[in-house]
Amino acid sequence: MKPAPFRYIAASSLDHALSLKAEYGEEARFLAGGQSLIPAMNFRLARPAVLIDINGLVELGKIDRSGEDIVIGALTRYRTLERADALLNDCPLFADALPHIAHPQIRNRGTIGGNLSHADPASELPAVAVAMGARLRLKSAGKEREVATSDFFVGLLSTDIRPDEMLVEIRFPKRAARSGSCFMEVARRKGDFAIAGVAAIVTLDGEGRCSHVRLALCGVGETPVDGSDAANCLIGLTGSDDGLREAGANLERAITPSGNVHASAEYQRHVAAGLARRALAMAYRRALNAA
Amino acid sequence: MTTRFFGAPVKRNEDRKLLTGQGLFIDDVQLPGMLHVAFLRSQVAHARLRGIDASAALKCPGVVAVYTAADFGAYWQPGPVLVPPPPIAGIVFNPRTQVPLVKDKVRHVGEPIAIVVAENRYLAEDALDEIVVDLEPLPAVVDLEQALQADAATVHDDLGGNVASHVHQAKGDYAGAAAKAALVVKRRFHYEHGISSPIETRGVVAQWNARSEQMTIWDTTQAPVFVRNGLASILGLGERQVRVIAPFVGGGFGPKIMMFYPEEVALPWIAMRLNRPVKWIEDRLEHFFATTHERGQIHDAEIALARDGRILGVKDVFLHDTGAYNPYGLTVPINSQCTLLGPYVIPAYDSTFTAVFTNLPIVTPYRGAGRQHGVFVIERLLDLAAHELGIDPAEIRRRNLIPPVAFPYKNEIIYQDFKPLEYDSGNYEPVLDKALTAIGYHDFIRYEQPKLRAEGRRVGIAVACYVEGTGIGPYEGAKIQVQTNGKVSVATGIGTQGQGHFTSFAQIVADALGVDVTEVDIVTGDTDQFYWGAGTFASRGAVVAGNAVSEAAHAVRKKALKLASDVFECAEDDLVVADGKISITGIPEKFIRLGELAQRANPMRGAVTPGTEPGLESTQYFGPASGSTANGVHATIVEVDPLTFDLKILRYVVVHDCGTVINPLILEGQIHGGVAQGIGNAFYEKLCFDGQGQLMNASLADYLLPTALEVPRMELDHTVTPSPLNSLGIKGAGEAGAIPVGPLIAQAIEDALELKRQKIELLEIPLSPSRLFELIRKAAT
Amino acid sequence: MPPDVHDIELSVNGAAHRRRGVESRMLLSDFLRHELSLAGTHVGCEHGVCGACTVLLDGLPVRSCLMLAVQASGRELTTVEGLASGSELHPIQKAMHEHHGLQCGYCTPGILMTMAAFLKDNPVPSEEEVREALSGNLCRCTGYQNIVDAMLDAARAMRTTAP
Repeated sequence: MKPAPFRYIAASSLDHALSLKAEYGEEARFLAGGQSLIPAMNFRLARPAVLIDINGLVELGKIDRSGEDIVIGALTRYRTLERADALLNDCPLFADALPHIAHPQIRNRGTIGGNLSHADPASELPAVAVAMGARLRLKSAGKEREVATSDFFVGLLSTDIRPDEMLVEIRFPKRAARSGSCFMEVARRKGDFAIAGVAAIVTLDGEGRCSHVRLALCGVGETPVDGSDAANCLIGLTGSDDGLREAGANLERAITPSGNVHASAEYQRHVAAGLARRALAMAYRRALNAA
Repeated sequence: MTTRFFGAPVKRNEDRKLLTGQGLFIDDVQLPGMLHVAFLRSQVAHARLRGIDASAALKCPGVVAVYTAADFGAYWQPGPVLVPPPPIAGIVFNPRTQVPLVKDKVRHVGEPIAIVVAENRYLAEDALDEIVVDLEPLPAVVDLEQALQADAATVHDDLGGNVASHVHQAKGDYAGAAAKAALVVKRRFHYEHGISSPIETRGVVAQWNARSEQMTIWDTTQAPVFVRNGLASILGLGERQVRVIAPFVGGGFGPKIMMFYPEEVALPWIAMRLNRPVKWIEDRLEHFFATTHERGQIHDAEIALARDGRILGVKDVFLHDTGAYNPYGLTVPINSQCTLLGPYVIPAYDSTFTAVFTNLPIVTPYRGAGRQHGVFVIERLLDLAAHELGIDPAEIRRRNLIPPVAFPYKNEIIYQDFKPLEYDSGNYEPVLDKALTAIGYHDFIRYEQPKLRAEGRRVGIAVACYVEGTGIGPYEGAKIQVQTNGKVSVATGIGTQGQGHFTSFAQIVADALGVDVTEVDIVTGDTDQFYWGAGTFASRGAVVAGNAVSEAAHAVRKKALKLASDVFECAEDDLVVADGKISITGIPEKFIRLGELAQRANPMRGAVTPGTEPGLESTQYFGPASGSTANGVHATIVEVDPLTFDLKILRYVVVHDCGTVINPLILEGQIHGGVAQGIGNAFYEKLCFDGQGQLMNASLADYLLPTALEVPRMELDHTVTPSPLNSLGIKGAGEAGAIPVGPLIAQAIEDALELKRQKIELLEIPLSPSRLFELIRKAAT
Repeated sequence: MPPDVHDIELSVNGAAHRRRGVESRMLLSDFLRHELSLAGTHVGCEHGVCGACTVLLDGLPVRSCLMLAVQASGRELTTVEGLASGSELHPIQKAMHEHHGLQCGYCTPGILMTMAAFLKDNPVPSEEEVREALSGNLCRCTGYQNIVDAMLDAARAMRTTAP
């Protein structure tokens, strides 16, 4: 399975990359890690006329923790994220989610920007981004804008990135005090596409009761699903079994997975609910320990 | 004669080459001027071919030629029926075989329609995009029962239906048995085996030398001799004009013995036509369609038993999906039919099958070759009966095992080697006992399981028994020659796909000739090195070729002793063969090296006595009177997650009897690999076709092969009941690991989830977490 | 449209290679095998799942079927041909031989490269950790058990010979 012909250009700078993209528009694709794009090209499902290699833009591969948010450059590889202890401490969802992404050989090349831009519905990081309320910075030649995840993930394998834009960095809020998080996933084999994955963040008030809950899922919709409403029943509670059961039941009713070759829609609903209960319980426990 | 190497866990001779990346696999064959071939394959399962326009493709850069069926002219013909139907009364057999390129009708997704030849594969694939094919889609035949309806579309229009074959075999009187039975259990079973998916796909390289009129073909085939014979005939060449080389092959497992694949037929023709070497390497996407599958059967089976669990009879009616063509005849369903009888005394048996044409890829044997399906049925029937009769599953099996005194045991019905099924030898109960002891069967049920269950863990135990027909004919041969440098070269006609022939055969020779195993050089898979043979299939390599090697080695030994006795002017009994030399017993300084003997055996002066042959060499053949029957027992303890229904195999035990063992290291490796494929088959691998015959999961991301996390540590043991059918006493072992895993896992999951109490039965393979959830959910409504 | 070609320079197993006119779409796996005649790296799927094509890129295991040859320009690659030191096999190769960790040998180079890198970073792995590290490489012949044993053994050997 060999890719169709294309013109390959190694971008020498971000401006160079953006001006190329402005010139070629949808005929051009950015080549970052290539772990999703190149298989698609080998299958000839993707046939860009121009491939703009951005791997040389090292300034896009940095993690900046100096401000109140963590800013992660789009070209940061999963491998770098896995080994950034301070990041994992600030954003524990990453610590849980990253090991589920494929295998080390893929993680040595793949990037967070490539992952979010590709927006595979079963992908873990979009759910993490939704749960954390990440903000995505998109740049084009001469312009830039910031987008919330709710506006970014628009459909199956499609995002709000315009034909002349590149995702350059993602801003994640640092862990709030008295909060805990947990990511869990069900897949057929480790590293496979998620049948359902849940990212949960629980924040507590001074008395150990939930003051804020975030819940996001992957694998159960065409985009990552914000399931926080389902978990709002936990507000004011102390992470009780009843509350968790209700949250799970709410979620099961709220999501509309479509099933796939690996699982029926009912199974997806069932494990999503179960994982939500478990992930919320774990997030709650971690929040208590953090307090 | 020593047995220094035979039976020892000798490390493999071939490893160094493979570990350093120096093994020659098909895509490593590079020839000057070589062109590359890509096939345009149908994207729909069933269609009439109205027209092909390749004009744009011909203009693509680097394209040398584009061919369609029309270009083949008289060369185009359907392939031969490889295995004719066995001599069974009343058989219906409608042979329809695959064609080199689609002419009128597409019958499965992936069927090849056109061929592009170009400077490289990239350019060839570009040209494929430019070929315009006019296909008129037809309704696809996918469901087996629907295929037999009167209004179903027909895969082969001239047949007036989709029946590929219909076979009824029986022994004893089932009706009478059922009438007397204390219990009759009847169920419908669905068993699907998957695809072989070796890590190396198929490939063919063909080179025609127009001056010497010699064709050389490299092919990832398991049967180079048959391929040589068949292609020579198809090409209108003499057998001596064709050389087929099977290099290192990256896994075979059955589908690489299927012949003649369209690519095998096309590449040599193209090589002759263009007078340039040509190469085709199957890519992974093609492999899902272009290489043969095993797939599914639907069984309506019943078992009649006495109150104490003894089987009085079994009746089975099943449908078998043979795919779009049936070149392999009835091998797979006959294996299902025969292997259902298992290691049990089944006095009455009535079995009928209908093989059905579908618009899906061809079905031919894949490791187990249909035995899995039959074993699933009998093992599940026994489990169901055990539950109803209140008998432990291991115990009900024990009560039905063929006793050791009953061998050779006649099962009467006709087997895949065309002879009445007869088990040569066996001692089944100790195998069961060893397995039960190894897994701690009774203690687990009595003590550990209740404790774990009290902790909320869903753990279950299971045991399954099976037999494996192995080592069938027709024959294999081996030529052994002692070289003047003392090394021993051996050639045989079978091919090697990882089974360690380079070592196991060397062990046999090393012992017979008193040389080190590393001094023996084995060539397999080159028809110029050895002319005759059948191939590597049906767990027969070690048995049949191994015995031929043994015969030839002993013949050479005899010659060497005779020659040495002439040299030393002493009796042959006074000689010792060891360490690469022959010496006089007790006088080690009076010796002659084997290499020197070989030299003397080929004099440049003097005479070779009439009636003898020059050299220290011999060619011998071995053809077993019938196949030998190996057997085994698998046992497992599993845990099922109560939320996700995911499976964790906590322990896995295999006790196996394949007679005398040449190399226990290699044997264990075969069992490990078979079990891994069995686990894939039971819980991970599923071909998902839609109603139009499209495969929805044609990639390794979605067709799930088990990884090192899914395959547990396996505990192996064996017993030895030699086969009386060959002098080495060996039986085959290649498929053993794969055969009983389906029913074993089903039994274990049923136990872990206590499904019998909920009246939920697992009557299908493959299972999956989602499928378990669905079955339980359905039962609850 | 004429093919898009580039000149590349890279180091493979310590040897420098320069090639002119490499087409941009040529996969690194094909480049290694057919341009550099280093056929020890095998191709199993070309969609990044089976791991047979695994090589080391600046010491890290990657799928060579998911990289373009042009992307490797200026980089250091290690393939299976670079594991042994002359005739002396790498401990991981020796261990695979001792434990019968290969049958057909097709997946083996990818496994060797993956695990050589893994063992370097994880000198005292548990069996579970070895299995997890192996899980990105598919083998259809061995059932993995002997490979796992070989890796645990190689880890021991590498620890005792480490400086």
